[in-house]
Amino acid sequence: MRLNLFLAFACLAAFALSLLAGRVWVPPADWLSGDLAAIIIVDLRLPRAVLGLAIGGALGLSGAVMQGYLRNPLADPGLFGVSSSAALGAVMSMFFGYSTSAWLLPMFALAGAAGGILLLALLAGRSASLILFTLAGMILANLTASLTALMISLAPTPFAASEIMTWLMGALTDRSWDDVRLALPVMAAGALALSFTGRSLDALTLGESAARSLGVDTRRLQWLVVLGIGACVGASVAAAGVVGFVGLIVPHLVRPLVGHRPSALLLPSALAGGLLVLVADSVVRIVPSAAELRLGIAMSLLGAPFFLALLVRLRRELA
Amino acid sequence: MMILRFDDLNLSYRGRAILRDISGIFAPGRVTVILGANGAGKSSLLACLAGLTASDTGKVMLGDRNIADIDRRERARLVGLLPQRTDIHWNISVEALVGLGRLPHRGRWSESADDRAAVLRAMEATDCAHLAQRAVQRLSGGEQGRVLLARMLAGEPRWLLADEPLASLDPAHQLDTLDRLRRCGADGAGVVVVLHDLTLAARFADDVLVLKDGALIAAGTNADVLTPDILAQAYGVDIEFALTASGEKLIVPVRRRPTSG
Repeated sequence: MRLNLFLAFACLAAFALSLLAGRVWVPPADWLSGDLAAIIIVDLRLPRAVLGLAIGGALGLSGAVMQGYLRNPLADPGLFGVSSSAALGAVMSMFFGYSTSAWLLPMFALAGAAGGILLLALLAGRSASLILFTLAGMILANLTASLTALMISLAPTPFAASEIMTWLMGALTDRSWDDVRLALPVMAAGALALSFTGRSLDALTLGESAARSLGVDTRRLQWLVVLGIGACVGASVAAAGVVGFVGLIVPHLVRPLVGHRPSALLLPSALAGGLLVLVADSVVRIVPSAAELRLGIAMSLLGAPFFLALLVRLRRELA
Repeated sequence: MMILRFDDLNLSYRGRAILRDISGIFAPGRVTVILGANGAGKSSLLACLAGLTASDTGKVMLGDRNIADIDRRERARLVGLLPQRTDIHWNISVEALVGLGRLPHRGRWSESADDRAAVLRAMEATDCAHLAQRAVQRLSGGEQGRVLLARMLAGEPRWLLADEPLASLDPAHQLDTLDRLRRCGADGAGVVVVLHDLTLAARFADDVLVLKDGALIAAGTNADVLTPDILAQAYGVDIEFALTASGEKLIVPVRRRPTSG
């Protein structure tokens, strides 16, 4: 409880600070003045901060659920192939040059995510088997990743290819309230679905048959997980491209702080995820460089040392 | 009080018969031990009894209701299952793990005073109250076994199904565990336990049920079923009975029988 309060407060602070971060200094006194400086805050930085918080929260929550569901601390929300299906959808819209309208790319991405979930359901069939399901997800992830690569290699112009590659790196640059309006309801629906998984995830600590003997409906859980993570991750990709590692790092860091209980991990992971993306997105804006550092790249750069630290700790534990 | 009954159960997996047309009745207040060689179908029978596996034909009845028709959570409150070799996937505290046994009773967000009291009772009954704040993955195998038993007891089900609850326990805790299960029986719960230790089975069972290759080869009271002939048939070994100086019955497998065609 204290952890949640602390994280919520940190999110608020980071949110306020992220409105200050950028090339142009806008003093807080001018935020609501209505002139040009206020437009920077209200129409550029505010939606960007809202999206950063929402995407980080959705990814952190998805990661916590994914790890609990698969009972694997190294599972990532991208594992089921939903994020790469969403990316494929977005890449298709750019490939065919439809990206002129602000709505088309995220709509394509959401359609891609939905198609991915549907395909996943078809591949896994009626079985609630975890192995079959994970395997189906990995096949889907591989298939969509190779189709994305195909699109890049067949891109009509070098400009289109570079546009696709840049988008794939993930960023929150120039996002507007339109993106917020599109992504936020989908994420909220996904988060609601995931919030119902807590007790079942706790029961899964004892494995599948003990969980079922405790009254857990594993089929219902599977659908909550797939639809919830699909909506959260799909909407994140639609709004910001592929932002990796958040769903992997955040639950991992928070877990020891909540006594390792999967249900207790959900809310703090969402808060910490939002915090991480907000801070990372503020930092990429401040770092002096010719072009703005891509958020996706920044997260990956953070991820590598994290894995190194994990490796060192594991080696010490195993020694 | 409800009886637990299974009628004409058949179960097969990929064309291999696991349970062959077996029927039986368990009475509340009694301890029934299920015996049988590895792969005889003991765990599958427990899974059917707990309503986790649907048999191909036949049915399991709890009182006058088919177990398949009982709502999951209500079923979980009525029938507790301690599966064999449970993996503990997260390093939660002992108290939190035992608390999982209260899931079928709890509301979505809150834990009542009843829940906490039941958890405490279960931990005391299995001699792990002093471990309450320890992380489960740091415990020894035997301690984990007791914690898992406490998890089932915490749910206070009317029927307790335990699959080899003695595995990896030291002799003192083996006796404690069986005593505890007997006391649950004395309090009116029905107890069904899969065991491999014939001597302990003879000491603790009211009734015994013997499975071989999915078929029921004997069922009845302790004295009727635990005979050299039936056990020899079940396990394919020669069995000797003896009495200790204090009058306890010893059942010892002595040699494997040559497999005759």
